[in-house]
Parts: sequence; structure tokens; C-alpha cells
Amino acid sequence: MDDFTLPGLKEPVEIPKIDQGAMAHSQPFSAAPDHQIALGFPGELVDDWHDKAIAKFGEILDSQRALKVYMDACVKCGACTDKCHYFLGTGDPKNMPVARQDLMRKIFRRYFTWAGKWLPWLVGAKDLTRDVLDEWYSYFHQCSQCRRCSVYCPYGIDTAEFSMAAREIMDHIGMGQKYCNEIIGKVHDIGNNLGLPEKALGATLEDLEEDLEDETGIAVRLPLNEKGADILLITPSADFFAEPHVDGLMGYAKVFHQAGVSWTLSSKASEAANFAMFIGSHDQMGKIAERIRDAAMELGVKRIIVGECGHAWRVAYNFWDTLVGPFDFLDPNYPIPQHICEFTYDLIQKGELTFDKSANDHITPTFHDSCNVSRASRMGDMPGGQFKIPRDIIKACCNNFVDMADDTIHENTFCCGGGGGLLTDDLLELRAKGASPRMGAYDQVVKDHGVTHLVAICAICKTQFSKIMPMYGFAMDDIVGVHQLVSNALILDGQETNEENNGETVDE
Amino acid sequence: MDYTVNEQTINADEEGYITDISTWSKDLADTIAETENIDMGDDHWEVVNFLRDYYEEYQIAPAVRVLTKAVKKSLGPDKGNSKYLYELFPYGPAKQACKIAGLPKPTGCV
Repeated sequence: MDDFTLPGLKEPVEIPKIDQGAMAHSQPFSAAPDHQIALGFPGELVDDWHDKAIAKFGEILDSQRALKVYMDACVKCGACTDKCHYFLGTGDPKNMPVARQDLMRKIFRRYFTWAGKWLPWLVGAKDLTRDVLDEWYSYFHQCSQCRRCSVYCPYGIDTAEFSMAAREIMDHIGMGQKYCNEIIGKVHDIGNNLGLPEKALGATLEDLEEDLEDETGIAVRLPLNEKGADILLITPSADFFAEPHVDGLMGYAKVFHQAGVSWTLSSKASEAANFAMFIGSHDQMGKIAERIRDAAMELGVKRIIVGECGHAWRVAYNFWDTLVGPFDFLDPNYPIPQHICEFTYDLIQKGELTFDKSANDHITPTFHDSCNVSRASRMGDMPGGQFKIPRDIIKACCNNFVDMADDTIHENTFCCGGGGGLLTDDLLELRAKGASPRMGAYDQVVKDHGVTHLVAICAICKTQFSKIMPMYGFAMDDIVGVHQLVSNALILDGQETNEENNGETVDE
Repeated sequence: MDYTVNEQTINADEEGYITDISTWSKDLADTIAETENIDMGDDHWEVVNFLRDYYEEYQIAPAVRVLTKAVKKSLGPDKGNSKYLYELFPYGPAKQACKIAGLPKPTGCV
């Protein structure tokens, strides 16, 4: 699996030589029939896949006006060609956003435009053949739906919408992807992506409470299914399982404790993630969102706060209200929904959190803007809040902070390489190569400013970097979460400020 | 990607995780470990046994932090850290050790 050559550390936006077909072999494992059927999709490729695919394509064009405009609007100006991290990392010209779009656009022209129906050779229209379909399966699973290309497109054409629609079409003819569809099934069956049952979740939280008490001397709680709590926290299930994610969860708990609010997790909604967005299924996205709304109503909470998860925040911030709203049972005096960073930031603004910044003095952090937070949502009540708020939190609990180059942060940020339903080992080559622009930008600040850690607010980014950073010569624990830094430095009321207890956990 | 142990075929998925956990045996664990280029020593078995016990109770593998703590308890503080676990299982204690222990692969953003 590991027999590929990485592009190495280079200038993050250096344009590679064209390498035709370099990634044509890349494709994820197919979803098993039972994973497909559980989501209402055919178990395997149906006999009349051609007609079904075109019919589904037509349905999507009718219901999503933006996609239809994108199909027509491209003038082939070329502005997007060198903006995708997968193109920069692989050199495969089909990973240029315009080429990826054209995989779909040529079919659109053939079946949905007058010129393409009668003069296909004149307008680049092509029949939907099995070869085209296989190409879709490969290259629409080489798009992490990060939307960097759309920032540079003069028309704002969003390639993510193409890859979401293509995956939706493929699911409907029985050509689903294992990673996403198996996970969505687990959300319905067990409540989270990980498949963590309630009993195990409860035991894990108790274990973490012990650790928190050992560390701080204070009984910091991680409550589960507590009716009548004011706040429901939904967070990626990786926060209950993986490193460094779990340190962030402990950070949220400390912040809630210090704020003196009552809060709870839910076993029914023990997952913030909504992978249905990655497969372009509005139907599934609604069902997954619905169970969070149900859990909030059953528990009687007044607020919902979302933990460090990039695409979950996009779904919550942009789509919840349309999918399963209104959320009029929540307290309108607070943002609906609210990001954990907004919550912590507000407390910092009010001077309610005390930090011992020296606890993070062994760290010089830089911040990796996660794609779905930076380009598809917002935080706070000011433009650019999603860039400012996480950075201000880091600066409040760290003495050292350095930003990476301007064309690699904020709305120009590079994807980690594992977003959009691609964080799976069968796509490791793609993930490793696609991370090269971010790794190049990180390497610059490591060399020029002595940066030691990359900080993120997304479970996918954290897992991706802990896997990929060692391939580029960094350590797997050089990736940390914002609330992990908060946790290191936050001093709770009544906590003994014993230096040797602080800052130790980060390197574990 | 099936395994053959004592002339029996054990079914596994594309990534080598066995599809029926009741087909697991110690001989199978050795066979899986071999394909992963891991030479099973006492410490490897300590981890694998803990994973299996935990799975039996909770139907899932433990969080890495929980595993680390358990290893610390049984093998001592110098081995109770994720660095040591990665020395034992270079592809990650959660995924690779689960595969050898015959447990399903942890899914999601992990």
C-alpha cells in the first residue's frame, strides 16, 4: 500500500509538471451490498445503470439550480487549474478542477443541451459509457470538496457540488463507496461513525473524568444523557477515541466546568459528523441531522454546541435549519447552533478564563484553517470570524503564534488531504500526495520561525495529519487541537497551579 | 483477502479484517501478524488480549488513551505510552492491533 513516491517538501503553490493519468489507478473500495441497501441504494450496479444515472442527473439538475448554472458558466479561463491540492500533489491533469467538472459537464451537454444532443462532436459532449462511469468513480473520489478552487473561479463555480452530485448518482445505480456508506449505516444503527455503543461511551467518559481529576485535582464532569441540562454538546466520535482528539474533548469539559454551565453529551446523537454531505445525499443528511434535533428535544436543552469538526459545522451552520428546522425550542439569546470556539472565545472576551500561557511555552503553534469552517461557514458576528476566533483563542493560551503564508490560510487554505469522505487507508496515496501543499507551507514556518505544532479544529484534519506528517519528516503528535492547547493552559478555580502538572499531557 | 490456518480458510475483507470474529484463534493471530510483518512477542499479546477482553465487554475497541492506561498498568510506565504502542504496531495500535485481535476496524475520523 505504501509503494508510492511523495512529491516531498516544496513551495506550497509550486505548479508540478503534468503527469497524464498519474492517479487513474486510484479508487476507493466499493460499498458492500448490505451497506448500500441499508441506505436505500441498490446493492450492486443495476442493469439499467445508464438510464437510471441520466434520470437521477436530471432530477438533481432540476432541484439544484446552482449546479445547473455551474454546468453552463465555465468559460475555460484556467484560473482554477493550479488551485487543487490533489493536482499540486499528483500532477494528474484530471485533478485540475475544470477537468474534474468536465467529466460531468460532457455528459450534461450530451443529454441535457440541444447542441450536445444533435452536434455532440462540436461541443465536447460524450455518451455516458462504462469507461466514463469508472472515471467518475476514480476522480470524484479524488476531490475532498474543500472548495478552494471556487475561491479563485471568477464565476464561483464550486467543484464540490459536482463531486457530491456525481456520488449521489453513483449511489443510486449501486456504485457506492465503502468508507462513507458503512459509516452512515453505523450512525443510524449505533449513533456514531465509530460504532461506539452507549455502554462503551459511558465507560470512556468515566475514564476521562478520572484522568481530569488526577490532572487538576478537581471533579470535572463529562455528563451523558442528562435531562434538563442547558447545553447539548455534539462532537465527532473521534473525540471519544483517537489521539489527539480526546485531549480536545477534555478541554471542552474544562471550559464548561469553569463557565459553570450545565451540559451533556447524548448517546443518541453521539456524533456531530454528517457524512451524507460527502455523498451528496440530502435525504440521508436530513435523517442524520434529525436525530440531533430529536436528542436535543428529548433532553430538553436550551442550546446546542458543536465540537471541533469541520464539515459538521458546515452542516449545522448552513443546512440544519433548512433540513430539520426550525430550532425555535432553543434559547434565541445564543447562536443556534454555536461553535465550541465561539463559546470559549466569549468567555475569554469576558475575562472569565485564566490561563497559564507558560504551560504551552514548549509549543510554537500555527493554525491550519479547516476547509469547511473557513470557506463554507462562519463564526461570531463579524466577517472573517471563523479565522479570527480560533487564532485569538490560541493566542490567549499560547505565548507564541505564527501564521503560514497568506495564500495558504484563511479562505485560501489548503485541504488537509483527507476531507470529503476520503480519510480511508485505501486512498492513502492520494491523501499523502494531496497533503503536500499544506506540508510545504508548514515546513516554511518550521524552518523560518521555529514552529513546532500544527493546530486544527477538525477531526478529519487531526487524523489525517497524525498519519501523514511522519511521511514528511514531522512527528505524529505535532498535530494538536485548539481545545487541547486551551486544556494545557486553563487554570480551573481551586486548581493547584503546580507547573509540573501543566503542559505534560500534550506530548503523550 | 482470506487467511489459511490449519488448512482452514478464514474469510477477511479487502483490508484483511476477518469478517466473522468467532473464527479467530491464536494461530490465526500469528498468521495475520505475519502478513503485517509483526513478530508476536509477549507485549504484543498483552495488547491483543486486552483488546479482546475489552471488546467482549463493550463491542468496540478501547480508545487509544484507555489502551495506553491499561498497558501502563500491566507493563509499567515506560511502556504505557502511545510511542511504545506504535513500536509494537507501527500501523497504529487501534487499527493494526485490532486486525490481529480479530476485531472490526474502527471507522470514522480515526
